[in-house]
Amino acid sequence: MKQIYMDNNATTRVKPEVLDAMLPFFKEQFGNPSSVHWAGRMVSGAVEKARQQVADLINCSPAEVVFLSCGSEGDNYAIKGTADALKEKGNHIITTAVEHPAVLETCEHLEKNGYDVTYLKVDRDGMLDLQALEDAITDKTILLSVMWANNETGNLFPIEEIGKIAKKYKVRFHTDAVQAVGKIPVDVQACNVDMAVISGHKIGAPKGVGAMYIRRGTRLTRFMHGGHQERNRRAGTHNVAGIVGLGVACELAKKNLESEYEYVRKLRDKLEKGILETVPDVKLNGHPNPDLRLPNTLNVSFNYIEGESLLLYFDMKGIAASSGSACTSGSLEPSHVMGAMCVDVVLAHSSTRFSLGADNTEEDIDYVLQELPPIVQRLREMSPLYNRDDETPLTCDECRVIRRV
Amino acid sequence: MYTDKVMDHFSNPRNVGEIDNADGVGEVGNASCGDIMKIFLKVEDNIIKDVKFKTFGCGAAIATSSMVTEMAIGKTIDEALILTNEAVAEALDGLPPAKMHCSNLAADALHEAIKDYKEQHS
Repeated sequence: MKQIYMDNNATTRVKPEVLDAMLPFFKEQFGNPSSVHWAGRMVSGAVEKARQQVADLINCSPAEVVFLSCGSEGDNYAIKGTADALKEKGNHIITTAVEHPAVLETCEHLEKNGYDVTYLKVDRDGMLDLQALEDAITDKTILLSVMWANNETGNLFPIEEIGKIAKKYKVRFHTDAVQAVGKIPVDVQACNVDMAVISGHKIGAPKGVGAMYIRRGTRLTRFMHGGHQERNRRAGTHNVAGIVGLGVACELAKKNLESEYEYVRKLRDKLEKGILETVPDVKLNGHPNPDLRLPNTLNVSFNYIEGESLLLYFDMKGIAASSGSACTSGSLEPSHVMGAMCVDVVLAHSSTRFSLGADNTEEDIDYVLQELPPIVQRLREMSPLYNRDDETPLTCDECRVIRRV
Repeated sequence: MYTDKVMDHFSNPRNVGEIDNADGVGEVGNASCGDIMKIFLKVEDNIIKDVKFKTFGCGAAIATSSMVTEMAIGKTIDEALILTNEAVAEALDGLPPAKMHCSNLAADALHEAIKDYKEQHS
C-alpha cells in the first residue's frame, strides 16, 4: 500500500544527510565534549560547529544558542526562567489562547503560583489584534510570549510588529518558533526577539534535541541544574549526535529555504484548491490569505463527520494526517485552537490537518484528492448530522475562551 | 489502539442507515463531546426484527453502534433492554480505556429507541 505522510507538523523523517552526519558520533566519536582528553576534544568542535549552523539559520551569534532536549523544554525554560528572574519587576505575562500546550500549561502553572496571565484572543481567522496586545501591557508585564507560527492552522503571527511593540514598552519577547523555523525565514534580530525556541525533529533532525536563542544579556533563572554545560545555562551532558544532526538540518534548511517554500507551497495550494472545489461543506481553518500561513499547512473541517474516524479511514489508504477532534487530542474537548477561533464545535471535531513536506510529490496530492471525497461521503452517509432537518445544536457560544483581556 | 473486531466493525459497519416509519427511534450524545448515535428499530410481536444506526463519532463510536445492531436483532424487547454498554464493548474484545466513557453509548441509544417504541405502542 502507498504510504503518504502529510503530518510533518507533528514530526518529520530524519534527513539522510542528517543521519549520515550523526552516525560517527555513535561510534568512534563517542566522547563527552566537556572532557579535556582526546575523546572529548574529538567532539567538542562538532557541538560548536552545530551552534554556528543554528545561529546562521536564525541570524544570531553562536554564543546566543543553547542546546536543549526539545521544544517544550525551551518554552518551559523561557517562561519559568523569566518569571523567576524578573519577579521583582512584575508578575504579569501576556500570551495567546492558541499557543502550544508547552506554553499554555506553563502559564497555567505560573498562575497557580501568583502570576497573572493574559491570554489574547484571536479572531475567526485565527489572527491577533495587535492593539489589544499593546493595551494588555502594564507596568507589571515581564514577558510577551507569542508563537511564530501556529501548529494547527499554520497561521503566521506578525512577529516583527510584535517585536516593535515589545521594544517600545521594553517587555521581554519570547517566541515558540518550532513550526516556523525551516519553513519560512526566521530572523531573531530583525524581529527584536529575546528568546526563540527550535525543535530538531520538526526540521529533519531526530527527536530529543532542540535549541533556544537567548539574546545576549537576557537574565534567565536556570531550569536544569547540574553541570556547567552551555555556559551554565543548561546542565546535562550534550546529546552530541542529536546536536550535530540539528546543526546539519539547520544548514540544509537555510540552503533550501526558498526552493522548498515554493515547492511545498505549490503542493499545498493544489491540495487546498482541490479539496475546496471537490468536497462540499468544507471549511478552511486559518487565515484565508495563504501568504499569512506556513507554506506546508492546510487545516480544513469536513462538516458532519468526526476527525478520528476520518483519520482512520485515511490511514487504511496509507494517508497520514492529523485532527483536532477530542478523540485525537487526548482530552474531552476538541482543539483549543479551533475553540479560540470560535469554530463551531462539530467543525472543530472534524478539523483535519495536512502538513506537507519536501518529500511529498504532486502524485501524492493527486492520490489524496482521489481517495478523500469518497471517504468523506461514506462517513457522511453514516452521520446523523448529515442532511439533518433540525439545526445541529451548540455553536460559537460554547467555545472555550480561556480568559478575556 | 483498537482490537481487530473494532476495526472490522469500524471499516465494515453493519446496518448503517435509517428505517422508514421506524417503530422506535433513539438518539444519545451531543456534538460537544463529539459523539452522537441514532438508532432506528423495527419491532414485530415484541421481537426486534431490524435495527439501523447513524453515528457521528470516532472509530469506537461507529464500531459499538455497528455491534449493538447485530446484538439486538432477533432479541425480544426485554432481552434488548438488559444489553449493556459493557457487553457491547466486550463483544468487540474491549475498547481502549479512554474510549470506555465517551464513545460507548450504543446500548444507551438502543434503550432510548426501545423507550420510544414503548411510548408509541402503549
